[in-house]
Amino acid sequence: MSPLKIKKGTSRHSAYDLRDPHSDVIESHTLAVVVDNEAGVLARVIGLFSGRGYNIDSLTVAEIDHTGHRSRITIVTRGTPAVIEQIKAQLGRIVPVHEVHDLTVEGPSVERELALFKVAGTGDKRVEALRLADIFRANVVDSTLGSFVFEITGTPEKIDAFAELMRPLGLAEVARTGVAALGRGIVEG
Amino acid sequence: MKKAMTGAAMVVQALKDQGVEVVFGYPGGAVLPIYDEIFQQNEIRHVLVRHEQAAVHAAEGYARSTGKVGVCLVTSGPGATNAVTGLTDALMDSIPIVVLTGQVPTFAIGTDAFQEADTVGITRPCTKHNWLVKDTDELSATLHQAFHVALSGRPGPVLVDIPKDVQFADGKYTPKQKVNTSHYQPRQNGDPDTIADLAEAMARAERPVFYTGGGVINSGPRASALLRELAELTGFPVTSTLMGLGAYPASGKQWLGMLGMHGLYEANLAMHGCDLMINIGARFDDRITGRIQSFSPNSVKAHIDIDPSSINKVVRVDMPIIGDVTHVLEQLIAVWKDRGLKPNHEGLAKWWKKIDEWRKVDCLKFDQKGSVIKPQYALKRLEELTKGHDRYITTEVGQHQMWAAQYLNFEDPNRWMTSGGLGTMGYGFPASVGVQMAHPDALVINVAGEASWLMNMQELGTAMQFRLPVKQFILNNERLGMVRQWQELLHGERYSHSWSESLPDFVKLAEAFGAKGIQCSDPADLDDAIMEMINHDGPVVFDCLVEKHENCFPMIPSGEPHNKMLLGQASTKDAIGKKGAVMV
Repeated sequence: MSPLKIKKGTSRHSAYDLRDPHSDVIESHTLAVVVDNEAGVLARVIGLFSGRGYNIDSLTVAEIDHTGHRSRITIVTRGTPAVIEQIKAQLGRIVPVHEVHDLTVEGPSVERELALFKVAGTGDKRVEALRLADIFRANVVDSTLGSFVFEITGTPEKIDAFAELMRPLGLAEVARTGVAALGRGIVEG
Repeated sequence: MKKAMTGAAMVVQALKDQGVEVVFGYPGGAVLPIYDEIFQQNEIRHVLVRHEQAAVHAAEGYARSTGKVGVCLVTSGPGATNAVTGLTDALMDSIPIVVLTGQVPTFAIGTDAFQEADTVGITRPCTKHNWLVKDTDELSATLHQAFHVALSGRPGPVLVDIPKDVQFADGKYTPKQKVNTSHYQPRQNGDPDTIADLAEAMARAERPVFYTGGGVINSGPRASALLRELAELTGFPVTSTLMGLGAYPASGKQWLGMLGMHGLYEANLAMHGCDLMINIGARFDDRITGRIQSFSPNSVKAHIDIDPSSINKVVRVDMPIIGDVTHVLEQLIAVWKDRGLKPNHEGLAKWWKKIDEWRKVDCLKFDQKGSVIKPQYALKRLEELTKGHDRYITTEVGQHQMWAAQYLNFEDPNRWMTSGGLGTMGYGFPASVGVQMAHPDALVINVAGEASWLMNMQELGTAMQFRLPVKQFILNNERLGMVRQWQELLHGERYSHSWSESLPDFVKLAEAFGAKGIQCSDPADLDDAIMEMINHDGPVVFDCLVEKHENCFPMIPSGEPHNKMLLGQASTKDAIGKKGAVMV
């Protein structure tokens, strides 16, 4: 048992954010990194992860402020609490990095990912795919007599679940964007 | 006012505006316009090195002995890749340098042009930051920004890659004052509450120790003065890493000597047994901690560091203080005085008694007998004969480096230049060139091993050309001594490729460059030979033939805690277990 008497593995879901910094439990964290959109900035961030042996589960990046040339990089990473702290500190050291937010600990947040699924099939399978897509609120963005392309937005878990269901129904190709995330509510200060 | 000039002229103007006096470099096709500008002025001196790696080490030596930014200028492709070792060295030891590289013209980038390399790509992980400038209008602002980043916060190397067409083109020059550096402003003051907690803990502590590092040196001479004041106020013992030697004077009565793998017995046992460890500008490097799980198991740890990523990276600390050493020590001393705090005299007296017992072990003792010079003896004599001088010491990497740290005494900061983090053989000679450029009248000595020294021995040409009277004090054991030592302890005395075969005649080598060579093999002749070296007005290569199989002690075997030190040859049998053997 940890010094804070928290059951291992539960800290991430605790309403009171009682994280045990000495824990050796691997946690998943979503980091939002606001950077100057200058040449090589993404390579700096990715190079930091590969160079120091950290994980990247997903990564999205795009310019969010065209006049100020700021980009937001959303990274889903895994590690013990100590490693997560170290990742944040190392990110903060990169000169063009302006802000590092750990959305997993900074309060409630929303995470969304967009995916495109190409499902090829005919007959019952094709009907079933369309029915399930409706349940998952996926849109049909391309259709031929032998295939659909579905567009689905949701949490990574929801997209995983949809992929599992489509697999026996003729799943041919998948493209996923990776996670984009924002904290809920109004930002203080 | 902005005014138009060529990119190449801007480079020289920006260097002047930054107060640069010396540039270490090597010309080539992609930097010809800049060299043309350098030719047409007299304010900035250019030191022509014989290899680009040496340019960076020389700039490091210059920076470390002055506290200023060191500057290098090299060409594209091989010029840039040769600079990589120096950049990595400077990154590991937090040395502020600016490296300017030429690049193929912008329209040729990506075509595998002659002498093209992806310089910013290659150097991204070994610089604090780097820039490829594609527009002459942005060049001067980038250069000023580069100096700012190199020196701010935790110092480090930066690189600016300048394509040849950008050097030729005209653009607007932005003066230093007009450059916006507001975004990158690392925090300097520490958290007052934590500092107050630390002050209170210091007043209660029974077995405290100051564990100081290169951060004290990097923070400037004021930090060393404050450290001395704080030591005086508290009476606590002081130890230091390899990087921090000189911050607290070796003659100070609270000085324990260096700690770590080859640190002093009393320093390491004080670290192991302390109840309050105050880390000032050090980073819990693996050469210091040994086995992490057994590192100073019963102490409360405070850590003052300007780099947030150093906190809790290796060792979890109880009182993290992020800030510049000078600022934090000022705050700490102010709290100590304002609150009228007093050290725990009773506890301290017992602690010092314990430390004095450890000191009695006299872990640096050695036996100089017979007709062969012991390396320790050579350094002891060097210390004795040079201590009154305005002296700067650089080193290469290996046994001689550790012996120099153990047997030479440093009274002031910025007097000791050694490759700590990266452990770069070949660092010391070019570093001594850089130091001598900054301090033309000082006695600059590079303590070297013969193998390390050969890695950059071409710099004899530089030393001769620029009349730099650097003294190369080579402890020649015809071995890669530290490698040999590890092979003895870890690999069943199978000395795989760790001897120096086909060595040159160092005296003749020196003479071939027009320098002075001295060889000494007899302990009885050593003092005279060292005096001859000191008194010669010019570069000297001193070939000191020493005992070939001497091991460096004390030693904490890899994978062991501080209290498992080896004090001498007798204690080495089976000292390193299998687990330790996989560590370096």
